[in-house]
Amino acid sequence: MNRKRVGYAFLLALMLVAPAVVYPVLVMKILCFALFACAFNLLIGYTGLLSFGHAIFLGTAGYVAGHSIKVWGFPPELGLIFAALAAAALGWVIGSLAIRRSGIYFAMITLALAQMMYFFFLQAPFTGGEDGLQDVPRGKLLGVVDLADDYNLYYFVLAIFVFAFWLIHRTIHSPFGQVLKAIRENEARAISLGYDVAKYKLLAFVLSAGLAGLAGATKTLVFRFATLTDAHWHTSGEVVLMTLLGGMGTVFGPVVGAATIITLQNELADKVGSLVTVIMGAIFVVCVLAFRRGIVGELGALYKRMTGTR
Amino acid sequence: MSEIFGVPVQALMGQLMLGLVNGSFYAMLSLGLAVIFGMLNIINFAHGALYMMGAMFAWMGLNYFGIGYWWSLLLAPLGVGLVGILIERSMLRWLYKLDHLYGLLLTFGLALIIEGLFRDQYGVSGQPYSIPEELTGAFNLGFMFLPKYRAWVILASLTVCFATWYVIEKTPLGAYLRAATENPQLTQAFGINVPLMVMLTYGFGVALAGFAGVLAAPALQVSPLMGSNLIIVVFAVVVIGGMGSILGSIVTGLGLGIVEGLTKVFYPEASATVVFVIMAIVLLLRPAGLFGREK
Repeated sequence: MNRKRVGYAFLLALMLVAPAVVYPVLVMKILCFALFACAFNLLIGYTGLLSFGHAIFLGTAGYVAGHSIKVWGFPPELGLIFAALAAAALGWVIGSLAIRRSGIYFAMITLALAQMMYFFFLQAPFTGGEDGLQDVPRGKLLGVVDLADDYNLYYFVLAIFVFAFWLIHRTIHSPFGQVLKAIRENEARAISLGYDVAKYKLLAFVLSAGLAGLAGATKTLVFRFATLTDAHWHTSGEVVLMTLLGGMGTVFGPVVGAATIITLQNELADKVGSLVTVIMGAIFVVCVLAFRRGIVGELGALYKRMTGTR
Repeated sequence: MSEIFGVPVQALMGQLMLGLVNGSFYAMLSLGLAVIFGMLNIINFAHGALYMMGAMFAWMGLNYFGIGYWWSLLLAPLGVGLVGILIERSMLRWLYKLDHLYGLLLTFGLALIIEGLFRDQYGVSGQPYSIPEELTGAFNLGFMFLPKYRAWVILASLTVCFATWYVIEKTPLGAYLRAATENPQLTQAFGINVPLMVMLTYGFGVALAGFAGVLAAPALQVSPLMGSNLIIVVFAVVVIGGMGSILGSIVTGLGLGIVEGLTKVFYPEASATVVFVIMAIVLLLRPAGLFGREK
């Protein structure tokens, strides 16, 4: 237990000094997507629900945060909370429809409903359509700290990430999280034990949507704009890939996956152009065929095997 | 009578026909998805990409080898079917014992690869593909002009759909197929080569998508992106109809095409989303889908 604590403290220390070495905006982007992937992992990894439309929560919260901060003049912290709540509300609507079917149908329904919202955003006047919502001011945190400074913003984003990560960690290890895992393992049995499975699934979905929304709102603050790309199904696919690559159902998997994919995209974007999609697809195929536990899952299995034989 | 609800009959009928054309594509694609799902228990996310591949094959055949529309109608689906068989043999067959979700993820990856490769070669803009000479022009039905090509698309897709239905429901081959869907082990014990049937089923399902792609080439523009937007609508169609029944897939596909066409006339803003709204309503009222059975 103690070793784990030391590990967490070491990682946190690493994150605190990271902006001195790496371009802070890139790290903030990774943190946003890591949070997004962690929220997604709460569903796929711990509840066994594959949502193929999760980008819509990222995108919706991005627009809500952008609009409330830019047009209504909300302070940044209020804008983020408001946007996360809006995403959670949307998650409640989409979730209560989607949990009426399970398995493969669940994935298709979430994808279709997300596409519907995407078309709505494409036509709605407040999103700026194809141009996106631009020039969102970062504002001052609690009226004091100027977030226009990349370093100030970095520590704010890091704080958000750590809080959300802690929340997910707590959820997974709570009795509620145990029930979710029971549903993942054997839904019929969970029902026969008297759990209202639909309620648990919906609650997990709303929580995941809200946290994905928090990631989207933070992303808007970092980049000062919200675009349709964030709500597109390509982004939904990306978060699936991040989680799959890092390791579904592991605590750190989504973080590792997000960091790998974002770094990869960042490196490759100007070298191979549109072939990035092909590479992402190839990673998908390789992961599914040969690598289903993901990076963290495989490392964990390796560690267990080594300590086990010793 | 030249107006219905304040809409000219000509425009109404035109949109209705266009809706039927789109509905034909939905029907062919959801039929292929249903056949594949029945046999392989996999939702083929690459279906849209393979539909695009069919259209691109037709375009490439014409521009590189001078192969005309009618030959493309035969050759492009064969090509797509072969690609499908390769995919099944090399990748999908390793997944049958795993959770169904892995099949979805794998075919999603394949869709990204196929779409990305074509986009890298041909960009995102549409390439024109002209209507074959025999089918240019229109029939004058008195109350409206019916473009010959649209009539052909509807006729061809209905023929193919009903032929598929006939083969699966009324022939010995179809009986083996249904048996293998119901209980693969037992069917294999009777001496039927189930893995071969699985392979051919996947090949046939995606060839159907390729065929739809060739039909679509002159009606729409040929573009690497044409599949990915369509597949999500087809997913909604599949959720609405349920994948249990073959006739159900065909009827749902055509019906939703018509509804979409009518929405374009009466409330164009909602035409992109109407199928999804119907899906939400069906989920509320009949979660298993119109023709589905609750497992």
